[in-house]
Amino acid sequence: MGKITKIGWVTAIGMVALAVLPPFFLMTGQAFYLDLATRLVILAIAAVSLNLILGFGGMVSFGHAAFIGLGAYAVGIPAHHATWGGFDLIASYNGLLHLALAIGISALFALITGAISLRTKGVYFIMITMAFGQMAFFLFQSLDVYNGDDGLTIDVRSELPWINLDEPLQLYGLAYVSLVVAMLLTRMIVNSRFGMVLQGAKGNDERMVTLGFNTYFYRLTAYVISGAMCGYSGFLLGNFTTFISPDMMHWTRSGELMFMVILGGASTMFGPVLGSSVFILVEELFSHFTVFWHLPFGLMLIGVVLFIRGGLMGLFKGKRG
Amino acid sequence: MTPMLQVANLRKSFGGVVATDDVNLDVIKGEIHGIIGPNGAGKTTLISQLSGALKPDAGAITLAGKDITHTPAYKRARLGITRSFQITSLVMEMTVLDNIALAVQAQDGTSFRFVKPAHKISHIREKATEYLRQVGLRRRANDLTSSLSHGEHRQMEIALALASEAELMLLDEPMAGLGPEESKNLTEFLLKLKGSRTILLIEHDMDAVFALADRISVLVYGRVIATGPADEIRNNRDVRNAYLGEE
Repeated sequence: MGKITKIGWVTAIGMVALAVLPPFFLMTGQAFYLDLATRLVILAIAAVSLNLILGFGGMVSFGHAAFIGLGAYAVGIPAHHATWGGFDLIASYNGLLHLALAIGISALFALITGAISLRTKGVYFIMITMAFGQMAFFLFQSLDVYNGDDGLTIDVRSELPWINLDEPLQLYGLAYVSLVVAMLLTRMIVNSRFGMVLQGAKGNDERMVTLGFNTYFYRLTAYVISGAMCGYSGFLLGNFTTFISPDMMHWTRSGELMFMVILGGASTMFGPVLGSSVFILVEELFSHFTVFWHLPFGLMLIGVVLFIRGGLMGLFKGKRG
Repeated sequence: MTPMLQVANLRKSFGGVVATDDVNLDVIKGEIHGIIGPNGAGKTTLISQLSGALKPDAGAITLAGKDITHTPAYKRARLGITRSFQITSLVMEMTVLDNIALAVQAQDGTSFRFVKPAHKISHIREKATEYLRQVGLRRRANDLTSSLSHGEHRQMEIALALASEAELMLLDEPMAGLGPEESKNLTEFLLKLKGSRTILLIEHDMDAVFALADRISVLVYGRVIATGPADEIRNNRDVRNAYLGEE
């Protein structure tokens, strides 16, 4: 204690870089890189949320992108109706309403799908979460009112007090602060008594039940928190891209989130952020040269899983007891 | 005197194998009740049904007059039953103290708290440390559980059983894999507990069982073939034939 670990340094440097570099890019006239950083930070929030259940709860959810989509549609649908009429109940540009919808609906979806999925374990859990994710995907694909497959353009971004999301730097600032809060929130939960039970259930469910813990209930609670957090990232993503489509919920997107968490290092605070950073940068770099830009990802993941314990963050792990 | 734990006509089979065959058993408050029997007699299966990990096919389990046959395992723990595991079952990636603290936390009933770090809840940490001291593991408190020896893992199993403050402890071969010296120490430790807790003790170490148990039940092929005071069992002809072997 007291002394800052290597991981602590990496986290601090990474977070400072994310705070300083993007505004710097904007000032030097390279707005494109601010865009890149915004997408990175928003996806990092989603990855952090997934890490709460995957890294600390041992729940390998393969349907997390559904929450991003739900959060994004919670912006798109009210905005759509505010522009084109209909559905007066929610038709609005009010960002706080969008936010409440994004978090509320994601939490509800997590509660319902989690209550069912968490009755299973291991591979079955992976498959069933993926199935629920695909259900959400196909549902929005079939909704012609919202252009189905073609997706929805958001003409007016969420209106929030104090913040103007049309300003790229303000949007980035909101996303960055949200990421920091999501990380701190995750750390708080993980270290709390609830978090100890969650981690104990990941390590040895039988023992935790014997001690008197209803581990199902603890897992479900974590799943709902994670889903709500991921829905929030969808709210940001919708406002960032101003175009949303069912594709955001496709299982391959969920796979990418898992990839980020595992590549960066599950069950660390900064791992998912590092993972999403590498993901975005490599994608950007390689998509210039080849359409097969997924290939280096595959090789990288195999390399990391085979040779480094605990993802990229594992490289910085000292001899900690 | 009503027994603390009453098992009536308990049955459990796996496919064609009858692991628990019409078992009747009483455990009286405060006693150490030994269960002996050859390998495959269904001892662990019996414990798993008592702790709630397995569901019996038929029969009834009563704890202090309350039917708990269909009570889920985590609730039985709250009603005052705990078990130890023949094959060590701990959270290996946590520290020794964290493992015990979880047991204390379960008793404390404050696990649904999200804000304060668990490490700063001093009354829980202190209590957990005290249990570690009792089993002689205090100096290992901050080590990773996976780094401990087998013997120390067995001590942790006992510390967890103590920390759960259960009135009824189901101990599944606590001496398994221990050397003679360690077995002796653990026997003495359990003797000190005698009276304050009720213990159902499965054990292969005959010296330990006869030193500890007030009464012994003999389980063979899923059936209780004899129950009685330790001396009576030692001299029971059927038991000698079935298990102890002719001398």
